[in-house]
Amino acid sequence: MYKIVAKRELAPKIKLFEVHAPEMAEKARPGQFIIIIINENGERIPLTIAGYDTARGTISFGFNEVGKTTKQLGLLNEGDCIWNITGPLGVPSEIRNYGKVLCVAGGVMIAPMLLQVRALRESGNQITTVVGARIKQLLFFEDEMKALSDKLFVATDDGSKGYKGLDFIKEVLKNEKFDRCVAYGPVVMMKNVSEITKPFGVPTVVSLTPIMVDGMGMCGVCRVTVGGKMKFGCVDGPEFDGHGVDYDELINRQRMFLPEERLSSLLWEMRGGCNCGGK
Amino acid sequence: MAESKPRPKPKKEAVKMPKQDAKIRSQNFNEVALGYTEEQALEEASRCLQCPKPQCVAGCPVGIAIPDFIKLLKEGKYEEAAQKLKEKNALPAVCGRVCPQEEQCQKSCIMSKMGEPVSIGRLERWLADWERKKGVKTPEKTPPTGKKVAIVGAGPAGLTVAAELAKLGHEVVIFEALHLAGGVLVYGIPEFRLPKSIVQAEVDYIKKLGADLRLGYLVGRIHTIPELLRTGFNAVFIGTGAGLPAFMNVPGENLGGIYSANEFLIRVNLMKSYAFPIYDTPIRIGKHVVVIGGGNVAMDSARSALRLGAEEVCIVYRRSREELPAREEEIENAEEEGIVCKFLAAPIKFIGDEKGWVKAMECICMELGPPDESGRRKPTPCKGSEFTMDTDTVIVAIGRTPNPIIQSTTEGLQVTKWGTIVADENGKTSIEGVYAGGDIVTGEATVISAMGAGKRAAKAIHEYLMKK
Repeated sequence: MYKIVAKRELAPKIKLFEVHAPEMAEKARPGQFIIIIINENGERIPLTIAGYDTARGTISFGFNEVGKTTKQLGLLNEGDCIWNITGPLGVPSEIRNYGKVLCVAGGVMIAPMLLQVRALRESGNQITTVVGARIKQLLFFEDEMKALSDKLFVATDDGSKGYKGLDFIKEVLKNEKFDRCVAYGPVVMMKNVSEITKPFGVPTVVSLTPIMVDGMGMCGVCRVTVGGKMKFGCVDGPEFDGHGVDYDELINRQRMFLPEERLSSLLWEMRGGCNCGGK
Repeated sequence: MAESKPRPKPKKEAVKMPKQDAKIRSQNFNEVALGYTEEQALEEASRCLQCPKPQCVAGCPVGIAIPDFIKLLKEGKYEEAAQKLKEKNALPAVCGRVCPQEEQCQKSCIMSKMGEPVSIGRLERWLADWERKKGVKTPEKTPPTGKKVAIVGAGPAGLTVAAELAKLGHEVVIFEALHLAGGVLVYGIPEFRLPKSIVQAEVDYIKKLGADLRLGYLVGRIHTIPELLRTGFNAVFIGTGAGLPAFMNVPGENLGGIYSANEFLIRVNLMKSYAFPIYDTPIRIGKHVVVIGGGNVAMDSARSALRLGAEEVCIVYRRSREELPAREEEIENAEEEGIVCKFLAAPIKFIGDEKGWVKAMECICMELGPPDESGRRKPTPCKGSEFTMDTDTVIVAIGRTPNPIIQSTTEGLQVTKWGTIVADENGKTSIEGVYAGGDIVTGEATVISAMGAGKRAAKAIHEYLMKK
C-alpha cells in the first residue's frame, strides 16, 4: 500500500499525486515510469514519473482522468492508499550537457517534462521550452517552466493562448540551432514534432506510451517499431529516437481495447462509482 | 508346511484420473482433472511394487523418495507420507498437477513393462491435497544461522530455494516484481490446470517457514544485485524466469488482435480478464482463434481461448503431431475439448482490416527434413504451397527470451549470447555469492526442472554460507 501525501489539481481532470515510496524515491530518474494498481481487481497502468524527493521519501506522477482507473484514482485524496506501485521502470533519460535543447511538452506530460527540464538545466544545457494543450484552460506549470528555461513558448490547438498549433517551431528552428529535442505528449503531438525537427537534423527523443500490462519485459503488448525493428516500450524504452518511430502503428495499437475501456468506464459510472449516484 | 499366500498380481492399468466432461469443461475455468478419491489413491498406490532399486527416484529432478511415500500412503499413514514428499519437494500440489511425470519418474517405472506405470503424479497430488484440506502443519523452526539471502523472483525456482534455505535457518527475503507470488504458476499456467488457490497455499507454506515476501519489487531497478550484497545480504539467488516473448518477424505481426501467449495468459490468469469488467483488465477474443506453436503454452492458450468463448480454435504447428513438445495428456485434453490442429504449416504474413485488426493469416506448408540441433526433424517450406486462413485473434506461442533487466544492471555477471545467465550445475555464477537457476539459466524449460535447479542451488548456497 502506498499512501498519497499530497494531491494537486493541475488543470481540469489533470491531477498530480505525491506518494510515499522511499525506496523508489532513491532510485527514480527522469524518463522512468511506474505501474500502479488501484485495488485488487485493478488493471496495471503505466504513468511517467514527474518527480522524486529523497528527503520526503516520495515520488510524484501526473494523470489525466480518461478511463475507469484514472477516474477512480482522481477520487482518492491525501491519506488514501494505492494498492500497489511498481517502479521505477524503464531506461532513464540520457541527461548530459548537449548544448541547446528544445523541450516540447503537451497535456499531462507537461508534468514529467518539468523534471526533465530541471535535470537538463542542472547539467548545464540552454533550454527552450514549449508547453502546449488543446485549450488554454488545460495549460499548467508555465511559471515553473519559465523559471528553468531560457525561453518559453506557449501553444494551444485552438489558439486560445500563445501560438495556434506547433508549426511555429519551424521558425524557432530556422532562427536557432538546437543540439537535441525532447518531446513528451500525446502520440500525435510527438509525431508532429518529430516531423518538424527531422529536416533540421535535430536529434529528437520521444517518450512513448504504448499499452502495457506487466511493464517489466514479459507480455510484449508494448511492442513498437523503431527504425524498422521491434522494440519493447517497457524495457527498451520508454524513450526512443523520434525520427524512427512508426507512429501510425503505435496509434493503432493504443486503440486496441478502446471499446472495452469505454464499457468499463461507462458501467462504473452507471453504478455510481463516480460518486454521482448513478445519475 | 502351508504355502505362503500368493501376492495378488497388480493391475496392468492405472486407475484413471476422473475429469470434468469435455463439453462442460470447455465452458468453464474450473480444474479439468478432479483428482483421485481416497479409495482410488489406495488402489493406485497398491500397484507400486516397491522395487529394491527404484528407477523412478532417479527420474525425479528433485529426488523424491517415491516408493517410500507410496508405501506410507498405502499403509494409510497419510501425514507421514506427506512429510516424506515435502522432505524433497516444497510444492507437491503444484508438481502433482503440472510435472511431465510421463517423461520423468513414471518413464522408468517397472510397471510400464507390464502395462501402465504407477501414476506417481496423481498420488502426489492426492496426498498434497489431503494435507492442504486437513490443514498444513508448520514445521519446527531451525535456530537462526544469522545469514541472510535475497531471492529474486517468486517462481518455482525461487520458491524452492526460499523453502530450502528457510528450513535450514537462514533469513530469506523473496523479491517479486509482480503483485502476486508464484511466477509462471500464477501468470502462465491457467486456472483449469492449476487453481491459483493451490499456488497461494504453497506460497503461504513457504511464508510459514519464515520467508519474507516483498511484492512489486523489481530488483535491478530498485536495488541492484551488487547493492543487495553490500546492504546485508550474504548471498543472492536469481530466478527471474523466461521473459520477453519471441515473435516470428513476419509482416503484420503488430496488428490488433495478435497477442503473444505471454500477454494473453497474463491478462487471463494474473489479471483475471476472463471476469472483465469485474476485473479491470480487458481481453478480446474473436470467433476464429489461431494459436501458433505446439508447446504446453500453446495448449494452455488454445484451451483458454475456447473457454473465453471462441467458436473455433486452431493450433498451427510447423512440424507434425509426433514432434509436438506439449505433454501428451494436455494434447489429448485439448483435442477432446474440440481444438483442431493444423500441422506442417507456418504463418508468413498477417492481413489486417481497415481498422488495423487482423482478419487473415497467410501460411506456407512445411515438410520435414532430417533432424536439426534440437533433435527434431527440421521443417522446410514447400514452394508454392501458400494458403490463407481467416482469423480474428492470433496467439503467438513460439517461446520467450530472457528478461534483460538483471543482466544489464549487474556488473560482472557473465551472460550467454542468448542472454541467459552463465551458471554451473549448482547455480554458481561469475559473481561470488550470486547463484542462478531455472529458465533464466537454461532458457525455457519446465516447472520441475526449475525446482531441481533451485534445490541444487540451495544446497550450494547453504555450503557457501556455512563456510563463510
